[in-house]
Amino acid sequence: MPGPTPDERMRPKGRRNTQGIRVDPEAEVTHEPRQAVLSALVKHRPGVLSEVSALFSRRQFNIESLTVGPTVDEDTARMTILIEEPEPGIDQAKKQLRKLVPVISVSELEGGAVRRELALVKVSGEKPDDVNAVADMYNGQAVDASTDSVTVEITGSKQKIDAAIEAFKQFDVQEIVRTGAAALERGPNTLEKDV
Amino acid sequence: MSERASVPKEDESAAESEQEPVTTGAQSVIRALENAGTDYVFGVQGGAIMPVYDALYDSDINHVTMAHEQGASHAADAYGIVTGDPGVCFATSGPGATNLVTGIADANMDSDPVIALTGQVPTEFVGNDAFQETDTVGITQPITKESYFASDPDTVGDDVSEAFALADAGRQGPTLVDLPKDVTQGDTEVEPGTPQTPETYDVPEEADDADVQEAAEALAEADRPVILSGGGVIKANASNALREFAMEYEVPVITTMPGIGSFPEDHELSLEWAGMHGTGYANLAITNTDCMLAIGTRFDDRLTGGVDSFAPDAEVIHVDIDPAEISKNVYADYPLVGDAREVLRQLFDAMPRAPDADEWREQCQEWKSEYPMTYDTPDDEPLKPQYVVETFSDMTPDDTIVCTGVGQHQMWASQFWEYTEPRTWVSSHGLGTMGYGVPAAIGAKLAAPDQEVVCFDGDGSFLMTVQGLSVAVREQLDITYVVLNNEAVGMVRQWQDGFYEGRRMASEYPWIPQFDKLAEAFGARGFTLESHDNVEETIQEAREYDGPSVIDAHIDPGENVFPMVPSGGDNGLFALNEAQLDMI
Repeated sequence: MPGPTPDERMRPKGRRNTQGIRVDPEAEVTHEPRQAVLSALVKHRPGVLSEVSALFSRRQFNIESLTVGPTVDEDTARMTILIEEPEPGIDQAKKQLRKLVPVISVSELEGGAVRRELALVKVSGEKPDDVNAVADMYNGQAVDASTDSVTVEITGSKQKIDAAIEAFKQFDVQEIVRTGAAALERGPNTLEKDV
Repeated sequence: MSERASVPKEDESAAESEQEPVTTGAQSVIRALENAGTDYVFGVQGGAIMPVYDALYDSDINHVTMAHEQGASHAADAYGIVTGDPGVCFATSGPGATNLVTGIADANMDSDPVIALTGQVPTEFVGNDAFQETDTVGITQPITKESYFASDPDTVGDDVSEAFALADAGRQGPTLVDLPKDVTQGDTEVEPGTPQTPETYDVPEEADDADVQEAAEALAEADRPVILSGGGVIKANASNALREFAMEYEVPVITTMPGIGSFPEDHELSLEWAGMHGTGYANLAITNTDCMLAIGTRFDDRLTGGVDSFAPDAEVIHVDIDPAEISKNVYADYPLVGDAREVLRQLFDAMPRAPDADEWREQCQEWKSEYPMTYDTPDDEPLKPQYVVETFSDMTPDDTIVCTGVGQHQMWASQFWEYTEPRTWVSSHGLGTMGYGVPAAIGAKLAAPDQEVVCFDGDGSFLMTVQGLSVAVREQLDITYVVLNNEAVGMVRQWQDGFYEGRRMASEYPWIPQFDKLAEAFGARGFTLESHDNVEETIQEAREYDGPSVIDAHIDPGENVFPMVPSGGDNGLFALNEAQLDMI
């Protein structure tokens, strides 16, 4: 008494990484972030969006986009949440989401899920034909036109919309609004059946 | 003590008859609490909550007026810890509700069952920045299991019933119902239904049998097994199941700080508690184990130190009722989601044999003798805080409840008191709320009137909620408060000395009042302790006084808390003194 000093005490050889996972003492292990599409069915009631978004903010999950809208059941809404996190963070996000009382169910959609985003792009109306031509290239269409501006609607993947906006820059983009992704599983599977 | 005596009732017989039909939203609120078995409510009156208090006038539920709403939430929290059933607190809108927030956050971090009912401005004023309005649901959403905004007199009772059931279900925690004044004043004849959790809230009971079998086999194979018992073991009333399991299979038990009392510290298998200021032997065992059965713990950083060096060789079996705790901080090789008591029973049956760990147990005993919890014996002045705690512990029955504030005194109270029973350790762990002690002791005493209650506090922590003494005096609660007074926020000062080159910015309190006189001013008994000579005698006198007493113990201001694992450090490299801090 007292026993050995700190540097002389019995020591194990192992170690863990920052996510608390045991790792090979000789090798560096990191989990690269990946993008995950979470689809959540929630009670359609006031405050639910703030509850979900507050969860992501206080847990410091890096959220890419979040969309929400009603389903055929008027008491239920569906959220599509894109996050980019290392694997343990994605797992944690799903579990924390499931804990929220208004959340009915949570699933991560497979990579092949149908994913769409909508953008409205308002550009200068000086060359309406050229604008239409570019819109056609991206399967978009003009939804409003005036002498000074044309507003085009584009739907598709994030990459497609990014590309379209890049192309529209030649026409002096005045305003853009993007929805963030909405997504559904391909095939007959539905989230409702998970309930 | 019920506080309804000031106005005589016009019709005693009507008031006494039970289950009068409800006529207002407020009555429905109170009925919901009655149906849930509420005995005590801790609160403070105010404009927006007044209709609820008016309905309470006709109820048998006891109301305890606190001196500050923060105290109401802490008292309810302690009541929940000691009884296992949700503690209830009331506050009015605006500042009343915001003053509850600290206690709600505290309950949330420690998974303590608490129901907070807050008044709110009438619905038509909500959002208008009306007098004493605040977005209580918005403020409390992140620190509750769920916060409800009651919008209708017909459903407000069900909101409260659901909040009650939810606070108690699964992993316990706080819930809140915000009650607009027009909703509680509004007419209704709807009786609240039986408390039940929302349909979306699933509580797992038993873990998967196959998973349990795998985990049991891993534990049986271990050479250096330990059990890490967290606060969840106590919450699940699993202390007996834990004792049976550990003793049958002879696995050493370490508790977390909230898990104190889940396993008797006087048992040979106990290594007491691990973490920043836990015992050296617990920290060495946790570092060197090859298989850890962790139950009801969230692997807080005060327990793990740096996660990279936490139990680095161990396969982790993690039992928790909250799936989100699995692999949150420490990866679980064997996740078992379920109620701790049920899963322990499953594990007990699934164990193929006891682990072959004689050598390991001997090693643990050796560490106990190498790193005993000691302090300089009090041959000389000044008075040692550890001596005060230890002496008090020796004088009291096993079921004595110890409450604390937060700081060095809290560590000494957890290190040098010997805990053998669950629900006898009432402290603020996750949030680390200074000022928790005074009101917590009030809640604890009302929850267990037949058990002795002592509260260790520090001078800084005590001052934060000292007004609660007025409540203890009014209710004549037999609580012994011991202020381990070193004229400082000692834990901060200790860190400043250790990690900030002794630059004691704002940590020394040489201006504090004389607590014995302060106690007398409140109507409590006051004592002063300055030397070790009369510790036992003073404690005895304070214990014998039938009411609240305060012992102002002037302790050695140079005394610090050891062992210590520096924040983010390696548990195995704990320092036993200042000199060793420099080595790690």
